[in-house]
Amino acid sequence: MDVEFAPEDAAFREEVRSFIEENYPKHLIGKDRGDLSKEDFLAWHRILHTKGWVAPSWPEEFGGTNWTVTQKYIFNEESARFGTIPPLPFGVGMLGPVIYTFGNQEQKDWVLPGILSGDTWWCQGYSEPGAGSDLASLKTKAVLEGDEYVVNGHKIWTTLAQHADWMFCLVRTTSGDKRQDGISFLLIDMNTPGMEVRPIITIDGGHEVNEVFLTDVRVPAKNLVGEQDKGWTIAKFLLGNERSGIAGVARSKKAIDRLRDIARGELEDGEPLLNTADFSKKIAELEIDLTALEYTELRTLASESRGKGPGPESSILKIKGTEIQQRITELTMEAVGNYASPWVPAAEAGDNYLTIGPDASHGVSQTYFNNRKTSIYGGSNEIQRNIIAKMVLGL
Amino acid sequence: MDFSFTEEQTLLRNMVQSFVQDNYDFDTRMKIIRSEEGMSREIWQQFAELGLLAAPFSEELGGLDGGPIETMVIMEELARGLVVEPYMPTVVLCGGILNRHASKEQQETHLPSLIAGESIWALAYSEPQGRFNLADIVTSAKADGAGFVLNGTKAVVQGGPWADKLIVSARVSGGQRDQDGVSLFIVDKSAAGVSTQDYPTVDGGRACEVTLENVAVGADALIGEAGKGFAILDEAIDYGIGALSAEAVGHMKQLNDATVEYCKTRKQFGVAIGSFQVLQHRMVDMFMEYEQSVSMTYMVNMKLTESEAERKKAASGAKVQIGKSGRFVGQQAVQLHGGMGMTEELNVGHYFKRLTMIDTQFGNVDHHLKRFAAA
Repeated sequence: MDVEFAPEDAAFREEVRSFIEENYPKHLIGKDRGDLSKEDFLAWHRILHTKGWVAPSWPEEFGGTNWTVTQKYIFNEESARFGTIPPLPFGVGMLGPVIYTFGNQEQKDWVLPGILSGDTWWCQGYSEPGAGSDLASLKTKAVLEGDEYVVNGHKIWTTLAQHADWMFCLVRTTSGDKRQDGISFLLIDMNTPGMEVRPIITIDGGHEVNEVFLTDVRVPAKNLVGEQDKGWTIAKFLLGNERSGIAGVARSKKAIDRLRDIARGELEDGEPLLNTADFSKKIAELEIDLTALEYTELRTLASESRGKGPGPESSILKIKGTEIQQRITELTMEAVGNYASPWVPAAEAGDNYLTIGPDASHGVSQTYFNNRKTSIYGGSNEIQRNIIAKMVLGL
Repeated sequence: MDFSFTEEQTLLRNMVQSFVQDNYDFDTRMKIIRSEEGMSREIWQQFAELGLLAAPFSEELGGLDGGPIETMVIMEELARGLVVEPYMPTVVLCGGILNRHASKEQQETHLPSLIAGESIWALAYSEPQGRFNLADIVTSAKADGAGFVLNGTKAVVQGGPWADKLIVSARVSGGQRDQDGVSLFIVDKSAAGVSTQDYPTVDGGRACEVTLENVAVGADALIGEAGKGFAILDEAIDYGIGALSAEAVGHMKQLNDATVEYCKTRKQFGVAIGSFQVLQHRMVDMFMEYEQSVSMTYMVNMKLTESEAERKKAASGAKVQIGKSGRFVGQQAVQLHGGMGMTEELNVGHYFKRLTMIDTQFGNVDHHLKRFAAA
């Protein structure tokens, strides 16, 4: 048993690190997700694409990197350490693997290049008002008329749909006895008549999620991925991929570094808060929990590199990863004391339009509020515990 | 032993409750907090007409002679509507200081307009470097003839943008964190040398940074004895904690009711999610946190008038309780509402945000654990 990286891995780390440092767009350094324009989201994506690094997890024949599991891990770690804006998950992380696994040749030829280049922005049409964690109860209906599906329904929590060109969408094509039967996986052009996107403003004041209303939307039948009524298999395959990156260890490490910086600047009775017994103990507890998570992830990684796919254990990564992220944002908010109170709109903070309190305090409460979503989305943490209970413990 | 309310207190509760129900629904509140001023002067006038602004003051000053229990009842009911109008800074904090420690003359000068709803007050006590230590004060007050000249910066003054008058803590003598040498001054916000930077707060209120540059005040601005203001401020914050605990209890009650109701109706996997035992136990825990907070709120409001040591311990104990309970109830209410709990459109997220800020206000859990241990 050892946790050392091989010499060639260390060299690879060096290569990744210097590529990021030399090529990451200067104007994006330190920007929060909430401040980004559509082009900001895509800028680093496009640079990675030119380098051939935008989709490390894909097989090489479709545009992947042929990296080892360890190399992929290192790449993610270095990206997070620098704080890059990751390529959009909807295309690279979610739809791409679905298309090269379940799509036909024609679909591979038109979908995959647009994902890699960033020219096509995809959004995920999964959740519905009555179908959240219980995804299989979805009601959006698609009826085949000639060579077109006519789709009617209502999707919700659609992340960044306001920028999207296309949506991959779960629809009900048949009402069967078993709820998982009769679901199909459709690709829908957002510009089709009958598609309407309405913003949802969240408690941090941000606009990241949307509702999408589909009214008599006509979708060419060739946009069906896989077989009609057999979409549930695809839906589950995609959710499995969604969970695997969710531990966010490297990003949490960076967030703890930032917390430490803030606590160094904040004074309690003239002493840096970081030096007080209470606060330093809380940071230590977080770091220990994060170390445990890191090693749990490394163990998953090691068994993956021996050819075992991520199993239901990945639910541990989701639960612990999001709990730690939430605690970091909470402690960061706590660190700034009274300056947790001012509401400084993100765009204006970036322009230094309104400077209230120390710069580091800007937006920390909004970030805390926003992060409450992480234990809800991607299968709520209650659902993840059910998965472990059922699939791991056999209860 | 008796934990029941008097008939008058029950009438007071009913009155505030129906006022909030009739005049301060969620949409009204959203309109108010999105308006340019961020509060409703009309609502404030109605508070005056209902006698709410007079509640804690003695009858000879035009008040209703209420005590901490009356304030508790009012705060709890205002909280249920997430009322943003500055009852805490004007009536509880500044009004309380004037009521307990101002000279007869100062009271006669200032209280009638406060009670009539004609002047709004804010307590400018915290400083950028001071965190939660009330004595960590750099702002200076130098004697100048019969009066004083103030210089310094006060941080995150809640309700400050609406205020006509400020009570400012400043140092007449002593080192930066000495309790001796702190004084409280009544300062006109329109006085020469006072400037503010106003901003909205994350929980729907308004606050400001206040800069004092050679602000000259007369001898009649000083509350109590020069250099002996710390005890007055410390006590005022404890009264604030008594009222704040009641506010937190009001929010928790709303969130728990909403969550139970939601879980009875929201269906997943073909059944109401309230039928899942894991969620039932979560809601039971939320309920117990609420009950414990009610108990501590009663406790602190009965002990505010006891000895200083007892008052401090009671206030810090209550603040720790509502800080922890408020966090748990707020987070779980959002979690159990799922994505809906994350939206600006539903009231749940707004109670959650206010409860979150209540932990910071007047010092957080860590601060009051230490103060409790030292008391």
